Formats: sequence, C-alpha cells, structure tokens
Amino acid sequence: MQSNNLLELAGAVSSGAVRVVDLTFTLSPDFPVIVLPPEFGQAAPVRIQEISRYDGRGPAWYWNNVTFGEHTGTHFDAPIHWFTGKNLPNNAVDTMPAKDMIAPACVIDCSAQAAQDPDFLLTVPLVEAWEAKHGRIPERNWVLLRTDWSKKGWRDYSNLKDDGAHTPGPNAAVMKWLVEERGVIGFGTETIGTDAGQAGHFEPPYPAHHFLHGAGRYGLQCLCNLDQLPATGAVIVASPLKIQNGSGSPLRVIALVAST
Amino acid sequence: MTNTLRTPYDGVVIAAPVTIPYVRYSIESAQWWIGRALSTLVAQAGIKASDIDGLCVSSFTMGTDSGIGLTQHFGLCVRWLDTIPLGGASAIAGLRKAARAVQARDADIVACIAGDTNHVDSFRLTLENFSRFNQDAVYPYGAGGANASFALIARNYMRTFGVTREDVGRIAVAQRANALRNPHALMKTPLTMEQYLAARPISDPIHLFDCVMPCAGAEAFLVMRDETAASLGLTAARLLSTIERHNAFADDPIQVRGGWAMDIGELYAMAGVKPDDLDIVQTYDDYPVITMMQFEDLGFCNKGEGAEFVRQHDLTIDGDFPHNTSGGQLSAGQAGAAGAYLGLVEGLRQVLGTAGPTQVRNASLALASGFGMINYDRGLASGAAIFAGPSR
Amino acid sequence: MLQRCEACGSFAYPAREACPSCLSAGLAFVDAPRQGVLLAETTARVPSDVYFRERAPWRIGLVKMDCGPTIVTHLHADCVEGAPVRMSFQLDKSGQAVAFAHPEGETPNMADDKQWREMTADPKFRRVLVTNGRSMIGQEAVAALKAAGAKTVFVGVAEPWRPFAGEQLLRGQDGIEIVTLDAADEKSAADLAADIGGKVDILVNTTEYVRPGGLLDRRGTSIARDEIDQAYLGFINLAQAFGPAMRMRGADGINNSAAWVNILSVHALANWPAFGAYSASQAACMSLSHCLRAELRPGGVRVMNLFTGPVDTEWFQTVPPPKVAPRAIAQAIVSGLRGGLEEMYVGDVAEEIRQRLGANPKALERELDR
Ligand SMILES: [Zn+2]
Repeated sequence: MQSNNLLELAGAVSSGAVRVVDLTFTLSPDFPVIVLPPEFGQAAPVRIQEISRYDGRGPAWYWNNVTFGEHTGTHFDAPIHWFTGKNLPNNAVDTMPAKDMIAPACVIDCSAQAAQDPDFLLTVPLVEAWEAKHGRIPERNWVLLRTDWSKKGWRDYSNLKDDGAHTPGPNAAVMKWLVEERGVIGFGTETIGTDAGQAGHFEPPYPAHHFLHGAGRYGLQCLCNLDQLPATGAVIVASPLKIQNGSGSPLRVIALVAST
Repeated sequence: MTNTLRTPYDGVVIAAPVTIPYVRYSIESAQWWIGRALSTLVAQAGIKASDIDGLCVSSFTMGTDSGIGLTQHFGLCVRWLDTIPLGGASAIAGLRKAARAVQARDADIVACIAGDTNHVDSFRLTLENFSRFNQDAVYPYGAGGANASFALIARNYMRTFGVTREDVGRIAVAQRANALRNPHALMKTPLTMEQYLAARPISDPIHLFDCVMPCAGAEAFLVMRDETAASLGLTAARLLSTIERHNAFADDPIQVRGGWAMDIGELYAMAGVKPDDLDIVQTYDDYPVITMMQFEDLGFCNKGEGAEFVRQHDLTIDGDFPHNTSGGQLSAGQAGAAGAYLGLVEGLRQVLGTAGPTQVRNASLALASGFGMINYDRGLASGAAIFAGPSR
Repeated sequence: MLQRCEACGSFAYPAREACPSCLSAGLAFVDAPRQGVLLAETTARVPSDVYFRERAPWRIGLVKMDCGPTIVTHLHADCVEGAPVRMSFQLDKSGQAVAFAHPEGETPNMADDKQWREMTADPKFRRVLVTNGRSMIGQEAVAALKAAGAKTVFVGVAEPWRPFAGEQLLRGQDGIEIVTLDAADEKSAADLAADIGGKVDILVNTTEYVRPGGLLDRRGTSIARDEIDQAYLGFINLAQAFGPAMRMRGADGINNSAAWVNILSVHALANWPAFGAYSASQAACMSLSHCLRAELRPGGVRVMNLFTGPVDTEWFQTVPPPKVAPRAIAQAIVSGLRGGLEEMYVGDVAEEIRQRLGANPKALERELDR
C-alpha cells in the first residue's frame, strides 16, 4: 500500500467521508457483568476511586484509580481465556499479533429474531442465507451478531432468570463452521459473552469460546451501535490493553465505515 | 446555750481586708489576680512581703498550680502553707486553719487569699471538672453545674415550706439595693420586685436574678495575733468563734438544711453572743433560697420560717437586718473561690469601720458564713465565723 | 444496675470505691430494685452544655430510690413530683450510662416522649436506610423496621439488573423505596447520599459477604479482596457518603438522625479458622465501627454493633446448628434501637463467645480451631 493511501484514509476520517462508529459501552461500575454460580471465582466489578479532584488531595488535578476484571464492560477475549486455546503460541493479549487488531467485519442482523426470542440462536442455515444476499464471508473477517440487545435496559439486557441468563448467541455447529469453513478472525456480540446465555448446556459447553479460542481466534462482547454498520465493508479496530499474559481486557472498539 | 470544750480563739485577729475590683471577663490568669491581692495586702498593712510567713490560697482556675508554686512565683518564704479547695466554704475553712496556726505560733502573719480569673470558657471548664460524682452523675444530665442542682433543692424547699418566688426575691432585691452603694459591684442598675419576678427562667424555679454572675477578682485578709497587729499599728477584728461541717445530714433525701444546723449551738456559745446581738450578717448567697435556708440554720428563725423572716425584716444597709452589704455574689459578682471570701472580707470592713459607702453605722459584731461543694446533689461544706471590731 | 455492698447490703450511687455505710470495698454492680419516688424536678432552659442547649428545655429530677440512694435523672414527661417512678440506665448519645425515670405505670404513647427518644434511636417515625436488600437479613430488617413504625425504609440494591429472591415483597409497598446502592462502589454510595443522604435517620449496614476458608486452603487474594471490598471498603464508602450528613443532623428536631447499625459476625472478636478470612474482614469492620462511633459522637449519633453467630443462610449451610434466623437479627435491630444500645449479641453462639472471651480468650481460640 502506498503511504498516500493512509493519508487519504486519515483525510477521509477527518472529512467524514469515513465514519468512525464507536462500538463501546462506557466502562462504569453499574454496567452488568457476567454472573457465574457463586462457588466460582467472580470477575471484580469496575471500581473507580477518586485520587484527587482539584482539592486537598491534589489541588490542580483530577484522577482516579480504576480496577476491574479482564472481562468487564465492552471487552476482548484472547485465546488463552479458554482451555482449548491454552497451549497456542501468542495466545494472550500482550503477545497476540498487533495486525489482528484491525480487520473487516460482516454484520449479521438477527435483531428481529432476537426480539421474538431471547434464546434465539444463530445457525449455519441462517449464515448461509446471509451469504446468499451479501456474499461469502471472507477469511480473517470478524462476524458480528447484531441483536439490538445493547439497546435494552440493564435488567432485560442481562435477563437473568432462576436458571441463568437468557440471551441470544450462536449454536455449536455455526461456531465450528465459522472457524473451520470460513476462517473468521473472531466473533462479536452485543450480549455479555460471545456465547448464548444458556450455552453452558450446549455440546460442547460455550461453543463460541470453545471453537474460537481453540483455533487462536478472538471474541468481542458487549458491543453496541452494530445497527450503524453495513452488512459488509466496515473495518474494526480492536486493540486490547497489553496486560501481561492477559486473557482479555476492556477496550475501545471502533468501526470505520465508508459513507455512502 | 451549750457549753463548748473548744479552745477559744484568744488573741487571734484578722486585719487588712482586701478586695481587688471584679471584672466580668479577664484575660489575666488566676495567679495574676492572687498576685494583685498579695501586693495590696502588703501595701495596706504596711508590711514587707517577707513578713508574711504563712500562706493560704483558694482558686479554681490556677491550673496545675497550688499554694507551693505560688511561693516561688511571688518570692515568698513561708513556714506554713495551705491550699483550700472547698469552694464557697474556703474562706471560713482558711480562716480557721490560719487562726490556729498563728495561735500556736506556727506562723506569725498568714495571708489568706482567694482569686480566680474568668476566661470566656473557664466557667464551663470548671463545671466539667468539678468533681468525680459531678462528672459521673450530674454533668451528663445537662445541668452542667449548680443551676439545675440548686433548682431541685429550691423547688423542694419552696414547695415543702410554702415559699413563693416573691419571698425569695426580697433577698435578691435588697442585695441589689446594697450593691448600688458598692462602686465595685458588677450590677449597677436597680432591681425591682417586678423585674425580679419577670426575669427569664433558667432552671425552674431558678430565674435569672437568682443566679450569680461569674467574674474575675480576688479577696484577701491577714490573720495574726493581736500583739503582732499592735506592733504593726494595725486595726484588727477579733475572731470570736467558728464552725465547719462537711456532709451533714447525709440521710436527708434532698437538702433542706445545711451543716450549720448541727453546730450553731457551739457557734454562739463560743462567741458568747446571741443571734440578735449581731450587727451584720454576710451569708453565702450563691442562690437566694440558700440564704433563706441559712437564716433558719444560723438561728435567726426556725426551719420553715425563712420566708416569714425576710418578710418581717429589711435586709438593706440601712435596714434592721443589714445583710450582704456589698451586694453579695448575686449583685457584686462571683469571682470563683473569692466568692467565699466576699462576705467575710466585707464583714471585716464593716466591723473595722472601713466599708465606706456600704458602711452600716456602729457595726461591731458580724457573722459570715460559707457554703459550698455541690459534689453531687447537695452542698457538702458549711461554715461560719463570728468576729468583732475594736469598738466592741 | 447499682452498686450494692457485699458486706452490709446497702446500695450506693454515684459509683464509688468504699461503702458509705460500712467502708467495705466490696461494691458489686447488681440489678437493683427499680422503684423510687420523684422528689423534685426542674426544667433546665439554658443548660451550659451545648448538646442540651440545643435540646432545651430539658427536664431532670432527683429520685429517692426505695433501696436507698438518691439519683439525679432524666425524666419522662409523664413523671410527676411525689409519685413513684421506675428507673433504668440508658446510654446517652455520648455513650455514657445515664439514669432515666419513667412513670411507674404505662401512659399513652409512652415511647414517643421527646427525652426518651433522645436516649434511644427508636425507628418509629424515622427514615431508615437498609443498605443491602438482597440478603435475607436485609429483607427481614426492612419488614421489622417497617412494622416498628419507620416512616420510610430505603432499601439498597446493588446491581439492580440482577433479580433476587424476595424482590417482589419489597416492591410496591407503601413506605418502602428500593434505591440503587452498591456499598462497595464509592460512586454508587456517593450518588445515593447525594439523593437521600439528608433524610437518613438510621442507617442499617446489612452488607453481607460470607465465604468459607482461611488462608492456606484458598488460592490467591481475589476472594479476600472481595471480602474487603464489600465489608470493609463498603463500610468506608457508606461512612464517607452518609456519615457527615448524619452527624450534622443529630439535633435536627425530634426525628433527627439517630443511629448507625452494623451487623457483624461475632467472629470479629475471635477468629473462626473455618471462615478465617471472613472473620478478619469482620474484625476490620468492628475496628472501623469504633472509629465511626467516635466520629459520630459529637453529632449525637449512636453506633450499634449487633454481633451474631452463623446465620441460617446458604453460605453457612455446612455449619451445624445453632444458627441465627435472619428474623431474629431483624428483631434485635429494632429492640436495640429502641433501647439505645451500643452492643447486642444475638443468638447462642454470639452470647457464648462473648462470655468465653471474657473468661478465657486463649481457651476460646483453641476451641474455635475445631
Ligand atoms: Zn457496707
């Protein structure tokens, strides 16, 4: 690529010819986190503690101490997060190739189905139907599942019932297929987790985690504004914090979209 | 009259009554006030400070100092020393000890001094630290001092004996009249019975004019033998008798009499006089109702007749029963422990004929009493002294 | 409680070191007969003490006890001179035990007396914040406080997006308001205080975070961190958010801010290795509570610690009985507030540990190791 192409891109971003869509929720203490059975270790929630705010603790400056689990807010899953990816090379956020942080995305709109059924599952036939309309998913693309889940209030968003969360996601077959047949770089959702709320009961359990990370691919979750992306053609920039041997991290996810 | 086996105070005299004029608040220390009193004593008696070989002091606000510290502070070299922490009974108690000291020649000239300062917060600090029983069992009830404790005593006394506020008010009104003749009294405006009755309540039945005004000041006198006074050319009053009593009538569930009632037989017997013989009476008047109690307990009338007594008598300087001629603590001010000395020192001036504008004509025989130490629910200490001027 | 001479049987007051009847030093505090007669009363209108000056006029009296001593006492408004009274010692707002006289018989609305309410933190008419409504203890506390006449009970719920058992009972009830509060989150506590901090008269800290385990059988510090986060830092967040306003409102009329209640494990006092790290978090909270008590004292706000043994909840499932029912804790909260107490021990385990700690702390430490 010529360097002037890059300058062209910067100019297009600046002029608005290329829109930058923020796919990130604000990282805040009240954003829902994944709820595991209490006998398991829990993600530390986001905590923001003021160090000073132009006061006796620091007269001219404001800053905070922030703590959170790796998997809080809009966040990134690295292969090392799952047992299937534990032995892969460069499988953590600090060692993953930086070039994997920029990739195009295919956005599959299932918002209508998800509105009808919180346990809606993405299947191979549904993706094939999408491909019939938008073309085959290219290799090293993100597949982003649009459900409009991010527009719900927190309670409906986490949608916890006595038997756990009821939120949409992929079934096992489609995850195996996307990874093995389409070579996706990763899979992203609006919900808490790349897997469906009830995916613990699937075979294998949590198939998105299982297949993605087992193949060295990535996950993105708690995304928003997917409704502002075209079905194809958006470029995702997702660079997690470089946490030593980190399994994931909250991050700022943006999409570059050509204006039409 | 009962006989007494006590050694008489033969040859003991009291001289040089000193009052350092009071101020409402002072930025000076108690030691400053005591120092002024000492200096005035020396000047008034025409002696040198080194002639003083005995020292007796009382103060609430000396901090960690006691009499011993004052000797170095003032450059005194004494062979007899006492610090008397008996509040309103300190003057009588100090006089008694000093009298015996000079009589036994343990000392020749004893300076008895009481002085206190009054910072804006010292009254409260004194209250908080008054006594352990007070801290434990009185202060937490918000009384924060004598007002409420005396209110309980006053209320019970007034109800039991049918005493009205007007009866009690006669004492306060008369004292204010006396105070108007004392240039050093803090209260300088007349007090009518209407004003007294209309005053705001402090702790029922105690109202504003039943309360003394805390202030700063000092009082002092010298105790010596008559030959010492003669050699110095000093006119002095003779000490005739004294009494002192603590924690009397402990079984009375609430105080209706002070320790005087146990001892007045001796008081008059030792002096060889009757209550009627007295020209001047100076009671300890931290509340007028306590003065009324003293009229009974000191033998001027029977228990329960105090109200009738004050109705029948004129307590002013020119009246038939001159009482608290300086205005007393109620109208002159209460300078801490010096309040105990106020009546005694004024009584001395009266019998020595040096009282000036408050002088009662031909006064020669006086009684001064003291009362103090609300340790818990009642005043524990009481005392009285009778003394006579040279004309008697 | 009054001192009674072990030698001659006479009662003494105020407390002293020798019997005024026989000079014996054997003066033990015993439950003395409570009857007496009011000899005299007075109404202090300008007390020199700032606390009472704010509350003036204030009525006190002198009571002659049937058993002997005379006691200066605070008076219930229905006490009459010359009539019999019933005495008790109450903790005043400075934490000092003070005498209080009630009329001998019941009078109408006796508990509503202004001076009596100063001696207590009766939830009646008051607005209460129960910080954690997710727990059984929190929910029982809400019910008990409401039943005791609390005007409003605010119920803190963290992570409101997470449903919880008992939620329906809290919703839609008159006088119960669910509010978002994650005590462990500084901002959440501060946000809620900005909203309702000026109308919390009683704060009941029902933070509950129980996890089994001591030191060696746990890996890492993340559970301990959560324990500290929830219990200890949560306490600090609540104190910093609500404490200053409560301290300022200690004299705010009859329904002033009155009390702060902590529910603590009795193992704050003696470590229970099976729940060893949890015990330590509770000990830290108890220590904080003493700090808070000292800091709230100038405002006349009480701090009551309620110590319990294992509670009958899921985290103590593996622990054999006796266990304390959440409802018993809730009732203790109310009775402690009504009595104006600083400390309560709820249930047999708590009471036993209190006694044994006094008798032989080393033996108790060994016993808890089993
Ligand atoms: Zn005894």
